[in-house]
Amino acid sequence: MNANLRPVRTAAEQSLIDMLDARLAAPPLGSARLNDLRQEARAAFADNGLPTRRVEDWHYTDLRAALRGVSPLAGDAAEPAAPSAFVEALRVTLVNGRPQTLPSDLPPGLTLLSLADAIAADHPLLELIASDGPAQYDAALALNTGFLGEGIILHVAAGAQIPQAVEIAQLFSGAEPGCIFTRILVVVEDGAALRLIERFEGPAERAYLDNAVIELRLGDGARVDHVRVQAEGEAATHLGTLATTLGRETHYDLFVLTLGAALSRLTVYGRFAGHDSHMGVRGASLLAGARHADVTLFVDHAVARCESRELFKTVLADRARGVFQGKIIVRPDAQKTDGRMMSQALLLSDDAEMDNKPELEIFADDVQCGHGATAGALDDTTLFYLMSRGLPEKEAEMLLIQAFAGEAVEFVADAEMREAITARLTAWLALRAG
Amino acid sequence: MLEIKNLHARIGDKEIIKGLDLTIPAGEVHAIMGPNGSGKSTLSYVLSGKPGYEVTQGSVTFLGEDLLALSADQRAAAGIFLAFQYPVEVPGVANMTFLRSALNAQRRTRGEEEISTPDFLRLVKEKAPLLGISQEMLRRGVNVGFSGGEKKRNEILQMALLEPKLCVLDEADSGLDIDALKVVADGVNGLRAADRAFLVITHYQRLLDYIVPDVVHVFAAGRIVRTGGKELALELEETGYAAYSQDAA
Ligand SMILES: Nc1ncnc2c1ncn2[C@@H]1O[C@H](COP(=O)(O)OP(=O)(O)OP(=O)(O)O)[C@@H](O)[C@H]1O
Ligand SMILES: [Mg+2]
Repeated sequence: MNANLRPVRTAAEQSLIDMLDARLAAPPLGSARLNDLRQEARAAFADNGLPTRRVEDWHYTDLRAALRGVSPLAGDAAEPAAPSAFVEALRVTLVNGRPQTLPSDLPPGLTLLSLADAIAADHPLLELIASDGPAQYDAALALNTGFLGEGIILHVAAGAQIPQAVEIAQLFSGAEPGCIFTRILVVVEDGAALRLIERFEGPAERAYLDNAVIELRLGDGARVDHVRVQAEGEAATHLGTLATTLGRETHYDLFVLTLGAALSRLTVYGRFAGHDSHMGVRGASLLAGARHADVTLFVDHAVARCESRELFKTVLADRARGVFQGKIIVRPDAQKTDGRMMSQALLLSDDAEMDNKPELEIFADDVQCGHGATAGALDDTTLFYLMSRGLPEKEAEMLLIQAFAGEAVEFVADAEMREAITARLTAWLALRAG
Repeated sequence: MLEIKNLHARIGDKEIIKGLDLTIPAGEVHAIMGPNGSGKSTLSYVLSGKPGYEVTQGSVTFLGEDLLALSADQRAAAGIFLAFQYPVEVPGVANMTFLRSALNAQRRTRGEEEISTPDFLRLVKEKAPLLGISQEMLRRGVNVGFSGGEKKRNEILQMALLEPKLCVLDEADSGLDIDALKVVADGVNGLRAADRAFLVITHYQRLLDYIVPDVVHVFAAGRIVRTGGKELALELEETGYAAYSQDAA
């Protein structure tokens, strides 16, 4: 039936399909729409499978080759020790995708719902799930949609300015490796504001797979400051997808700190659906050992007069490998677009590697866009300058690495979050310096 | 304080310092004058420990210690300071953070207490205005967006805060207008002390009108070819270096 010339399925692909089939054979969960979404996703995955390096968007991360096997879905597990505070925040903890006791006493305008409860109640917000995804097939997203069932919905009512930061801690727990498929929907209505933190953590010794999708909708005039700290266990595979749709006159700033996982991929889909909006997508990746971290961005300027800023800093030690791919798309109607993308890598070892691929696709004529990428070692002259003032070599290096990453961190508006990120950078550097 | 004997140094295969002898006692100001490319900056780098410079012969003793055995940061802690001919920009490291990290790093290396925040702020507040370094420049990245003259003044500010024993000034006057030159010279003169010495590298006699040397050395082709009093600088201004270059060749 299927004329595609696909190679034989890998063990990992076959187990994922078997797991999807088992899930779909169980009594239907939720509305017909959700079940259709799952079925379509299953069919798309069965047709396309895991991406290889021949798939352009995954050229530097051959997921099909990397995923040797897949462990079963992670079940209920004891709640692990809570991670230390990042900044003072209202914390929601998800263990293996399942929300633990939700905080009571929420500020007015903020609603938190477990996805399972929302599905059972056929909540109207579910309509927004997977309603504005990418046009092209995305394996990580398709798998997540196929297993759709666990996660959380966060809703901010129109005009509400949530005073506390909200932290979603996503933890893996289990005596055996497992896989998690978590779906998060964040809806920030017109004129509302939210500071959001996402954290990913898990035990160093478990080779688990964490597939996490977050969809954000910003209503007109909304503002979201989003910090994402990926500190998964050292043996983990992290497949993250972040899809944000911005209304008119919105302000969205994302900062991604990548520290963990043996293999990680984050795909960001940012789409401007309303005029005069700002989107900042920035981050720092600190990679040592044999870590592989891929950050891939699609910034879609679909309408006029929007501004986007993308800045990623990657620090690579040992044999680590970093990937940055970024595409700014300026559609024919998106006149007066202002888009700037930059990826910079600092290589601390001869065995480290960085692949940079920033791109522009411009279909409008009155726009200002630019992109660039650099990769290089610490500058010897600068290092000597610092040492000649009395800084020992390691300390001088740390100061320079911190300064390098700091150029992205400084765009985080919230001072507390900036400090918390800087503290993580310092801790990473201190650990490396021994 | 500083004793250099028969120093030979090279970069790669190229020998640049060729048998240099120089002694600077504590409390004195020595000037080194010499033509372009003669190796003056190289000497300053060899003294401050820049990697890539290989000493093939000779010795450098600083306060009784073998200077060449120390790394650049250890030399700084021991009291060597080099005001760079071309100060380096360090984006992302605030000038203030830099000054403080440097001062504390030196203190740690020497086994001393770190300076307290209020003491440090007081110190900066006292010294920075004397060199025309504003609060805004202290917050900016080290030398980032500074004019040529501002960079030079910032070097002297670092020197004033770190209180080294031997100050090596590599063309502290280049790129300075006459007012800035006075500011820099005042900064240097304010640091003159019985237990501190200076090695002032320059092309022009002009700087030496303001920083009056005790001894002037003529440097050509990698070594000192003549030594005299401050009047030697005036003589060089008249005759130029041509005679010495031929001499060396
Ligand atoms: N990294 C290097 N590799 C090779 N040659 C070098 C290097 N650095 C300097 N040199 C050479 O060494 C010689 C001395 O240079 P140096 O900078 O010490 O001279 P200088 O006396 O300070 O000159 P100026 O008065 O122009 O500042 C020059 O011929 C220069 O080209
Ligand atoms: Mg020079």
